[in-house]
Amino acid sequence: MAVTLDQTIEQKQKTLWASILGHQTFWVLVAVILACIFLSFATDAFATSRNLYNITRNVTFVAIIALGMTLVIITGGIDLSVGSVLCLCSMILAVVMNAGYSIEVGIAASIATALVIGAFNGVLIAYIGFPPFVVTLGMLSVARSLAMVASNNTVVFQFGPDHDKLLALGGGAWLFGIANPVLYMIVLALLTGFVLRWTRFGRYLFAIGGNEHAATLTGVPVKRIKVIVYMISALSAGVAGIIQTGWLGAVTTNIGAGMELQVIAAAVIGGANLAGGVGTAFGALVGAALIEVIRNSLGLLGINAFWQGTFIGGATILAVLFDRIRNFRQSE
Amino acid sequence: MAVLELTNISKHFGAIQAVNDVSFSLQAGEVLGLMGDNGAGKSTLVKMIAGNFRPSSGAIALNGQEIVLHKPLDARRHGIEIVHQDLALCDNLTAAANVFLGRELRRGVGPISILDYRSMYQHAGALFRELKSETRPRDLVRQMSGGQRQAVAIARTMLSKAQIVLMDEPTAAISVRQVAEVLNHIRHLRDRGIAVILISHRMPDVFSVADRVVVMRRGRKVADKPIASSSPEEVTGLITGAIEMV
Repeated sequence: MAVTLDQTIEQKQKTLWASILGHQTFWVLVAVILACIFLSFATDAFATSRNLYNITRNVTFVAIIALGMTLVIITGGIDLSVGSVLCLCSMILAVVMNAGYSIEVGIAASIATALVIGAFNGVLIAYIGFPPFVVTLGMLSVARSLAMVASNNTVVFQFGPDHDKLLALGGGAWLFGIANPVLYMIVLALLTGFVLRWTRFGRYLFAIGGNEHAATLTGVPVKRIKVIVYMISALSAGVAGIIQTGWLGAVTTNIGAGMELQVIAAAVIGGANLAGGVGTAFGALVGAALIEVIRNSLGLLGINAFWQGTFIGGATILAVLFDRIRNFRQSE
Repeated sequence: MAVLELTNISKHFGAIQAVNDVSFSLQAGEVLGLMGDNGAGKSTLVKMIAGNFRPSSGAIALNGQEIVLHKPLDARRHGIEIVHQDLALCDNLTAAANVFLGRELRRGVGPISILDYRSMYQHAGALFRELKSETRPRDLVRQMSGGQRQAVAIARTMLSKAQIVLMDEPTAAISVRQVAEVLNHIRHLRDRGIAVILISHRMPDVFSVADRVVVMRRGRKVADKPIASSSPEEVTGLITGAIEMV
């Protein structure tokens, strides 16, 4: 026997390089970079600092929620309510501050709202066994309606005594001229990546998505973790809502409408598998970046904005198609 | 002293008497084949030992001390491990991650504790080596053969100081060569002084690895004898009811 048992057990099957090449996220990243290079040459406007500032900032709102969504998708769930939760949290923040309270109180109220909604979704899904699709579809409707109730369906653009603080929080650039939302996004992405790779909680998310029954049998607190994961998803929507409010300087009851689809698309383009068990924080950012680059480039190239949906949808299907082809080859 | 002692265990679900007044004991390092037709009560019996169900009446004693198991984790705490029929593996995780699922090793970094990948890979590798299984701790379970998957599930039971390992149809759906591998794993557990209860339909498996056989029919124990003094024909008769009781 040429190879001993020890050697077999110690052997690594794939090199680092091979596993990078096998990753959907890598190829999407390549696509983003190629698109950026192409656009820099094809248009004068793309590689300007003004446009790049806009792109990076626009990416963040979808990306931050996609981080939370990725966690949900890893467990094999889905959260359709994030767009409406973003709207409700923005509105709570706006209404509370408009009533004369400080920014701290506004943010606390907004985050508390997000956590309550997330917990509600999570408990119904984990403990009562509702399908995530149904619960969060219901919440999509409920949260937006509550935002209308809270504001009487008006636009709020005056945020009381801490008005300027809020605008600085979302619209400023406190570090090296990088837009604040981008900084928040990077910090949150690093945090999410760390949790997924290095904590027991992260490991359990993958276990639940891979085989929920097995996770239960081996003593993983599946139900509790599911509740937490929907709370994190709602929280990410709430945080994005707070930042977006500071950036826009106004809240209407239609912000975040349809955003859940963009967020899910970003997560899926970035390599998260809707069947559960697969996904990365980095992928969520790359997926969000690809969507934004597509949107931005269509505008710059003078292509009718009506084509946006076609391109973004096409990118989503293409990204998953790549994953399918890889799986075909593996199973052969 | 017996590791496990069941005394007059019964379990009924409503009007259905699944297990009826069963008693037996199990010594350390003994392999017990638990046989019976579908619905004979084997699984229900094992689920009571594993903490999934509580007996309607009767007592379970471990090393002479009566224990009450409210949930599977209680059983695990008492050193009772189970290899589930479907193995309870996550295909998307590595072999090492599956071995340590629910019992991850962690190390402290400042105020937080993070997963200790290195120790888990090493420890899992050592267990596979001990099982003489060509299983790489870093490989995803998805890519593994039936025998390797069994090794992962069995390595899981070797993590803690298990006293009893319950195996539910471990050889039901794997190839002949892999069956031999699994039977070796069972012998290995036995040599470690672990008592094994092997639930199986497969006569050759039980006769090649078990020391004793218990046969159940319609919730009752109809035989409990050393394997050497029985025969496949007799056990078949006991399972089907052609032989009433021995």
